[in-house]
Order: sequence, then structure tokens, then C-alpha cells
Amino acid sequence: MLRIKNLQASVEGKKILNGLNLEVKPGEVHAIMGPNGSGKSTLASVLAGREEYEVEGGTVQFLGNDLLDMSPEDRARAGVFLAFQYPVEIPGVSNANFLKTAVNEVRKSRNLAPMDSKEFLQIMKEKMKLVEMDKAMTQRSVNEGFSGGEKKRNEIFQMAMLEPTLAILDETDSGLDIDALRIVSNGVNALRDGNRSFIVITHYQRLLDYIVPDFVHVLYKGRIVKSGTKELALELEEKGYDWIKEEVAVGA
Amino acid sequence: MSEDLKILDEVTNSEYKYGFVSNIESDNAPKGLDESTVRFISAKKNEPEWLLEWRLKAFRHWLTLEEPTWANVHYPKIDFQDIIYYSAPKKKPSLNSLDELDPEIKATFDKLGISLIEQQRLAGVAVDAVIDSVSVKTTFRETLGELGIIFCSFSEAVHDHPDLIKRYLGSVVPHTDNFYAALNSAVFSDGSFCYIPKGVRCPMELSTYFRINSAGTGQFERTLIIAEEGSFVSYLEGCTAPMRDENQLHAAIVEIVSHTDATVKYSTVQNWYPGDKNGKGGIYNFVTKRGICMGDRAKISWTQVETGSAITWKYPSVILKGDYSVGEFYSVAVTNNMQQADTGTKMIHLGKKTKSIIISKGISCGKSQNSYRGLVRIAKKAEHARNFSQCDSLLIGDKCGAHTFPYIEVGNKTAKVEHEATTSKVGEDQIFYCNQRGISTEDAVNLIVNGYCKEVFNQLPMEFAVEAQKLLAISLEGSVG
Ligand SMILES: Nc1ncnc2c1ncn2[C@@H]1O[C@H](COP(=O)(O)OP(=O)(O)OP(=O)(O)O)[C@@H](O)[C@H]1O
Ligand SMILES: [Mg+2]
Repeated sequence: MLRIKNLQASVEGKKILNGLNLEVKPGEVHAIMGPNGSGKSTLASVLAGREEYEVEGGTVQFLGNDLLDMSPEDRARAGVFLAFQYPVEIPGVSNANFLKTAVNEVRKSRNLAPMDSKEFLQIMKEKMKLVEMDKAMTQRSVNEGFSGGEKKRNEIFQMAMLEPTLAILDETDSGLDIDALRIVSNGVNALRDGNRSFIVITHYQRLLDYIVPDFVHVLYKGRIVKSGTKELALELEEKGYDWIKEEVAVGA
Repeated sequence: MSEDLKILDEVTNSEYKYGFVSNIESDNAPKGLDESTVRFISAKKNEPEWLLEWRLKAFRHWLTLEEPTWANVHYPKIDFQDIIYYSAPKKKPSLNSLDELDPEIKATFDKLGISLIEQQRLAGVAVDAVIDSVSVKTTFRETLGELGIIFCSFSEAVHDHPDLIKRYLGSVVPHTDNFYAALNSAVFSDGSFCYIPKGVRCPMELSTYFRINSAGTGQFERTLIIAEEGSFVSYLEGCTAPMRDENQLHAAIVEIVSHTDATVKYSTVQNWYPGDKNGKGGIYNFVTKRGICMGDRAKISWTQVETGSAITWKYPSVILKGDYSVGEFYSVAVTNNMQQADTGTKMIHLGKKTKSIIISKGISCGKSQNSYRGLVRIAKKAEHARNFSQCDSLLIGDKCGAHTFPYIEVGNKTAKVEHEATTSKVGEDQIFYCNQRGISTEDAVNLIVNGYCKEVFNQLPMEFAVEAQKLLAISLEGSVG
């Protein structure tokens, strides 16, 4: 589904990704961990097509297409979803209106008729249950005045509404209380259907108790320097990153 | 009148008598402006002597005035002698079918979702008698008539309700008010008159569209709205469809009188031709709008969505004379390309415990310049007056400008005046966030800007708000690269 080869990217002249390789197959969940500033969010941004990030080399194939050649909105329409580490506020635009616009844009790109209000409300109700979201939230402006945890929950709600093929969750667990963590994880798990793939960026092994990954990768200095199964996360939790940094230093 | 003036008057008068008799039959006044032009207009409209005198007084005053230059707008000097001040409303349709309409305008009509019939009307296409809205208008007029509401063209009112016109004309915006007000008072072509009797709540939005004989009000419109004690009216001016006009200069006057316990809501959507991308050919719109809250607890609320015109110079104001009276101003002003807008409001607090609120949202894109200019004046006797002003500017791109000129004069210590101002940019972050959800950049900007204007749109009557949103989308087209 997703094949990243030797990806190199920079921002403001500073090289962040240094030849990153990753392959994600349908239905898989990949966890990406790594120290602060190692390039995890950068990877997410590059995949989503953020303009400031300049791709200097490598290829990314998504469902057989050249992802890097597509506009951000086309990537989204093709099924790439990014749950932002820092969700953005849009004052005056209700969550419901925002999502309706988004859902209908995606439908349009697939030659489907726009969803009517009744149908939309029905689906919204269902998905709200999934993340135990309060009805009032849909009438509030997108993320405006939301608490940190509410913003994250809203991201997962949006994901549920948009039903992506590949979802990238950038530290969706940070800032969540224990109950919210469970709720959000349940939401994600409910969307695991054997075809939909996930890239879950996190600092905490705890999340991976809920969302059990198929693979765990360590990103360091813009490359994936170690990959393993969920046991690797436990090991990192215990030992931190120093041993990996040393391994990298020795290898270099 | 001095002896000199008298003589002058006689001379010009006689010139009129002989020089213009034959011309009365023609449809247009000759180019230029002097007393004979004023007389020509008045004669054309069959006006009573007092109104002619009123116009002439305004004209003579205008001669003593200089064109104002304080606004933050720049344009070539207007040659006031190079303008035709009166042309008879065109009765004949200029087009035979919509196929002859400028495809660009047609496309805009379609985007606005304007019905075919309405498109024909706006474009001046000959409309079949059956589908013309004559019957709608008749029913409309009957309903209003039963309630004693008068809603007609200004010219009609001059003839049918001279007492009201005499009493109120110029009572809120005297001809001495400013350069353009004097000009309008001298040469105004037509406009609307609206009278709501005591205790009557007007059951429908009064829109200029439904005004009888609304053909071609021209470039110097004049509107007068009177709300008697305890009455209510919501008035809609303008039209979201793009308005082209050969007359470059527009100088309208709107006067509102709101008596004790009366409420007047005045909503405008202004979409005059803004000129092309280089700013060529747009309309200059110099408007004086003012209302007075005459009695206690009277209320006047202005809501405006300004997207058109090359130059906008406009400050809908409220004089809060009655105690506990309320003035409101909600404004969205969008400028794109080379447009310039200098707009805002004046709230003049005279009465006790008077209250005003100002919400202004300026949006600039392209190379445009958008200025908010507002005055809040609390007079000495206005005990416990209150004002809240919020002036927000939104920039799209980095070649445009936003400016805020708030003037606050407080003459009474018990007054409470709050002013908040923000300037923000449509953030890359916001646009990317929308993009990531599948929304194109253009739609994202629309969504963001609409959200930004929500407080103002909420003040508009429902259908008008929907139209205003669509209009906004069109005005913002091409604002992001
Ligand atoms: N827009 C930007 N301008 C300048 N530097 C940037 C920008 N975005 C990222 N960087 C830099 O790139 C590096 C990688 O940042 P990134 O956000 O990808 O790290 P991360 O792995 O997500 O870290 P964290 O775990 O703290 O979220 C950091 O040094 C960061 O300062
Ligand atoms: Mg990060």
C-alpha cells in the first residue's frame, strides 16, 4: 500500500529526513518511535504534502501512485489521513460544517453525489459514539477552545468520518487522560478492518498496549535505525534510546 | 438672500426658462453641473417648488466645498463637469435574451444560484408579461397598505406624501454634512421611501427589489426610512448580483429616523463593479448613511457586506439621542485586486445609558487596501453610555494592507468604551489542515473567511446571509495562488 524508499527531505535548508525506508501493507499497524526532533512529524508532514517540507530525494508510492506528485488535497481524497500532533483551530466554522465540506469533497473526487444532511447527521451520530464525543462538540468551531485531549479526540472523530485507507496518527496519545486514551484507542481499533493501515507515532509504550502494532520502528536522525515487533517498544520503554544511539554511532 | 445672489438667481432662472424648454423632452441632461442642471432634474421629475429650492440651496453650498481627502483612498481627480447628472431610466430592455449577456456575468449569476427569471430581470432582458412579478408586487403592496406602511419610490413620495418628506428630508443628513451629501442633495435622482406607522411591525423584509417602480434609480440615490413609535422594520438594500453601471461616481444618501421604542434594521449587500484586475473601470462609491434614534429605547442596526466598488467611502452612523437607545454596526468589507475601501461607522452618544456595538471584519486580498475608520463620541450628558468595538482585519497574501483608525471622544466620565482590534492572516496551517481533509485551497479560504465573518452574517436575514456567503466566495476567487 505504502512504499517509502530512500526518502530525503529538508525544511528551511535543514536536512531532516536522511534516506528513510518503510513499507506498509494493507491492514498493518506500524508504530514509529524515536527521540524528540528525530523527524517523526516531518515524515508525517511530507507524506501529507506540506509545502514547507522539501523532498530532496527518494520515492513514495501509495496504492501504486506517486504520492509525492499529488497535491495535499488529492492525497487526502486518495485516502491518506493525518491526525495532527497540533490540531489547528478554525474560528467560526462548526465542526459539523467543516466535516460535511470535507466528506463531500472526498465524495466528489470519487464521482459520488454529495451526502444530504439527513444521511450526514446519521453517520455523524454513529461515529460520535465511537469516540464517545458529546453532541455539542460538533456545533462548536473546529478545535476552537477545545482542551488538548478534546482536540485529539476530534482528530479521531474526523478520521472515523473520512474512513481513510492510510491513517497517520502523530502523537494522538499525548495529552490524553487514561479514559480518553482508552476511548481513542478503541476508536482506532474499531476502524481496523484488515485493509486500513495505520502509522502510529508515539513516545509511549502504553498506547501500544491498546493499539497493538504489527511492527515498531525507531526513527533517529531522519532514518529508521531499528525495526522490530511490539517487544521492541517494551525494550525502549525500559532502556531508553541511548543504546540505539550507540549502535548507530558504532555502525556509522 | 443678498441682492447679488438674488440677481444671480434671476439670471440663472431665466436662462433655464428659455434655454432648457426644448431640452425638457430629452432623456439626458447635458454633461456638467450648474444650477440649470439642478433645475432640469427637478423639472424632469415634476417636483414642487420647495424641493427645487431645497436642491438649489444644497447645490450652492456644494460650490463652496472642497472634495474631502482625508480618507485612505487614492484615485484620479474626479471632473465633476464631465458627468451626466440625469438620464431617464431605461425602459426598453437592452438585450433580447440571456444568450446576449456577457458570459462572465452569466457565469457569476449561475454561481450565485440566481433563477433564470431573476437573471433576466437583472440583465434587463425583455421578460414575458406572464412571468413578470407584477402580481407578486401587487399583493405585496396590498399587504403593506393594510397596515398603513408606505413603501414607494422617493419621487412618488414627494408627490403623495409631501408633508412627511418636507419634515424629514435632510433632517438626519443635512446638505451641509459633507461634499458628497451636498452633491446628492442637489442632484439626487430617485430612491426609496419607507414609513412604518406607530406600533406596526412590518411583517416582511422590505427589499428594494419589491419596490414599485424601482427601475433605474441611478447614481445619486436617496433613501428615507421613518419608523414611528414602537414600530419595527427590516430593510434590505442592494443585490448580490454583480452590478455594472456606466456611471463611475455613485453618491447615495440614506436617512433613518427611529422614534421611541422603534427598531430599524438596515442590511446592505454592495456588489458594484470593482474594476478589472488592474483597477480599471470600477465604481467609486461615496455614501452617507446615518440614522437617528430620536426617542427613548429606539434602535438602529446597520449590517453591511461590502464586496464591490473600486473605491468605497462609507460610514453608516447612528445618533443616539433618546435615552437607552441602541446603535449597532456589523460590517464585512472585502477588498481584492486593486480595490480600496475606507469604511466604518460613527456612534454619537447623546442620551443617557445609550449603548452601541461595532463589529467590523475587514478582509484584504490581492493588492487591495482596506481601512476601518470609526468614531465613538460620548457627549457630556450621555451618562453611563457604553460602547463595545471589535475591529478585526484579515490578510490574505502579503501585498495587501489593512488599517484601523479608531477615534474615541469621551465627554462623560461614567461612560464605558471598549475597543478591541486584531489583525490576522489566513494561516498556512489552517489551509493545510483543510487540504489534509480533502478541501481545496480555494474552498479552504472560503470556509475560513466565512467562519471569520460569522458574527456579521448571523445578523443578516437568512436568505440574504446565504447569498452573502456565495458572494464572498466569488469575491475571494483567485485570492490565493
Ligand atoms: N518548520 C520548521 N522549521 C524549522 N525547523 C523545523 C521545522 N519543522 C521541523 N523542524 C525541525 O526538524 C527537526 C525534526 O522535527 P520533527 O517535528 O519532525 O520531530 P519529531 O520527531 O516529531 O519530534 P517530537 O517527538 O518532539 O514531536 C527538529 O529539529 C525541528 O526543529
Ligand atoms: Mg512530532
